[in-house]
Amino acid sequence: MDNLIALLIAAPLLGAAVLLVGGRRLDAVGHWIGTLLSATSFVLGLILFAGLLGKDAEHRTLTQHLWTWISVGNFQADVTFRLDQLSMTFVLLITGVGSLIHLYSVGYMEHDERRRRFFGYLNLFLAAMLLLVLADNYLLLYVGWEGVGLASYLLIGFWQHKPSAATAAKKAFLVNRVGDMGLSIAIMLMFTTFGSFAFGPVLSHTGDTSEGRLTAIGLMLLLAACGKSAQVPLQSWLGDAMEGPTPVSALIHAATMVTAGVYLIVRSGAIFNAAPDAQLAVTVVGAVTLLFGAIVGCAKDDIKKALAGSTMSQIGYMVLAAGLGPIGYVFAIMHLVTHGFFKAGLFLGAGSVMHGMNDEVDMRKYGGLRKYMPVTFVTFGLGYLAIIGFPFLSGFYSKDAIIEAAFAKGGTQGWILGGVALLGAAITAFYMTRVMLMTFFGEERWRNQPTRSPEAPGAEPAAAYHGEAASGHAAAATGEPHPHESPKIMTIPMIVLAVGSVFGGFFFHLGDRFLNWLEPVTGHSEGDSPISAATVTGATLVCLVVGVAIAWAQYGRKPVPAVAPRGSLLTRAARRDLLQDDFNHVVLVRGGEHLTRSLVYVDHTLVDGVVNGTAAGFGGLSGRLRRVQNGFARSYAVSMFGGAALLVAATLLMRAV
Amino acid sequence: MNPVNYLYLAALLFTVGATGVLIRRNAIVVFMCVELMLNACNLAFVVFSRMHGNLDGQIIAFFTMVVAAAEVVVGLAIIVSLFRTRHSASVDDASLMKL
Repeated sequence: MDNLIALLIAAPLLGAAVLLVGGRRLDAVGHWIGTLLSATSFVLGLILFAGLLGKDAEHRTLTQHLWTWISVGNFQADVTFRLDQLSMTFVLLITGVGSLIHLYSVGYMEHDERRRRFFGYLNLFLAAMLLLVLADNYLLLYVGWEGVGLASYLLIGFWQHKPSAATAAKKAFLVNRVGDMGLSIAIMLMFTTFGSFAFGPVLSHTGDTSEGRLTAIGLMLLLAACGKSAQVPLQSWLGDAMEGPTPVSALIHAATMVTAGVYLIVRSGAIFNAAPDAQLAVTVVGAVTLLFGAIVGCAKDDIKKALAGSTMSQIGYMVLAAGLGPIGYVFAIMHLVTHGFFKAGLFLGAGSVMHGMNDEVDMRKYGGLRKYMPVTFVTFGLGYLAIIGFPFLSGFYSKDAIIEAAFAKGGTQGWILGGVALLGAAITAFYMTRVMLMTFFGEERWRNQPTRSPEAPGAEPAAAYHGEAASGHAAAATGEPHPHESPKIMTIPMIVLAVGSVFGGFFFHLGDRFLNWLEPVTGHSEGDSPISAATVTGATLVCLVVGVAIAWAQYGRKPVPAVAPRGSLLTRAARRDLLQDDFNHVVLVRGGEHLTRSLVYVDHTLVDGVVNGTAAGFGGLSGRLRRVQNGFARSYAVSMFGGAALLVAATLLMRAV
Repeated sequence: MNPVNYLYLAALLFTVGATGVLIRRNAIVVFMCVELMLNACNLAFVVFSRMHGNLDGQIIAFFTMVVAAAEVVVGLAIIVSLFRTRHSASVDDASLMKL
């Protein structure tokens, strides 16, 4: 059964190879090949899962050694896979949600002439992510890590004819690169510290290693996680990544990519447990991002960007939980899984709304859509209830557990982190209610308001032939949109995900199933909470009600203006992603420019000065020496005699001395 | 007679020759001065040969004469062709490689 692990990765990888190499003759069936291979991987995952369930909790780690990749001296890199409870959870999430997104994309990308290529990239994405979670050493994990970065680049920039998409892809890639640097430094540090980078030796020898080393490794791993999981300060790529097709956003936000950072931290739990400073940094990053994403999510009028802010915030919850150590690891992963369900559902719902609205993304031009898209409304609504933590839906269990764990950290830190998490819950309720109300309730603001009309002056020319989703509505994009429900192939994945969002949390929570499942890998401790679990739950629910009530007062009772009001200073800053790009521009771009300029100056004056000076010196000297060669035989004769006389004089002198 | 006096003579001849090479312009005269220097050397060789009581110096003097004879042949030919092309035997006039 161990041999099946490699097949898990091989299936989508084969799909990517076939679809990308196969060429146009596969255009007609390419999407089904991709979906089928992704589903194959899911089925293999289920078989392996069943196999693991049949064993004792202590023996649920399978390894498969394929070959030795690099072996130089004591540097030993193996292609070995490791399937334990943690990887298994990820495998099921990645392949399960990934397959649903594949299925949805069949409908969503139906009118895109490059659909085959799209599915090739999707398969590549899955293969890279599976490699990441199944690797048995950090170097192989790094391969998957880079593969995920590449696939995300290709997919975010899939509509490369749009300059904004091409730029967004480059931005994502570059920001991720900063994080990748952290991971590669961490791996090098591991090798010098432990003499290996396989999980076994590294994670079992953290006890007898200096804390300074471990803190350094932990901080570098945190930097890597920040890049992939869009945590402050490397969060800026996530919002722009919405330029990709909506299924890609769903894939990035739910199953792959942003979850990689959380996986890395939880997988490296032993390192963080032994380095409290690094752990504190993780919780701080998580808490800051949690609020950052939530505030950004409140101000965005673009439905996808509002959801992107929400993802950032939810991943912030997971990172916060992962930073709490054994108290939180399990809940970080549990929230990751439930979030995978409802965030994928929400994004697919958003895609479905856009599909029916001529690819309009501005929520101020939506309104009252519940009558026209009942299935989307219900599935999106269930996802909404799950994410805000409505009692007994999946978000309720996982988020509540994280908030409890934050308080259980103890001391002042516990109060601060718990308070932040509670505040985040209130803001989550606010912005998600806002999205819900602006999209599905209220006046039908899209009436008498052509959206994205290609004939309209100032419309971007790309929209005319290849708008967002390119879903064949470009021709109908003139005049009023005609909202309609999406085809079945798109609604079925949404329904499945909605079911997961509703029952997932309850299922995991029942009898602490999820906790018992993951505990052998991540460990678990209860912590000592200053307040009782019931109080936390009560407080969370109060926050939830407050958030929903404020949103209702602002967007439900009053009509939503079709043009965004100017807003307060904070709102305007949040619309600009809390000035993240301005900050990057001032500090990094300007700083970089000044640095380059001063380097160019040094290069021109000092380096070029030395080189050119040497050349000029020799040039001038030869110019003078050249005059000696004047063509007069007698002058040469003088030189000869002079030289000979000098030689004789020197010889005599030497002899005398 | 003290052989060192011959060395003084050789030095004097060499100096006369060298000075002539440096200051005279006429190629023929320069050439004759070169011969003077060569013969000054020959004289010195012969004197040393006499002083040391072996024949090495004399043999070298013969070599020098042979080489000088060959040199005269080549040198005079060059001077003649120089004169033909430039209508002058001044060494200063031949300051350029081309005409």
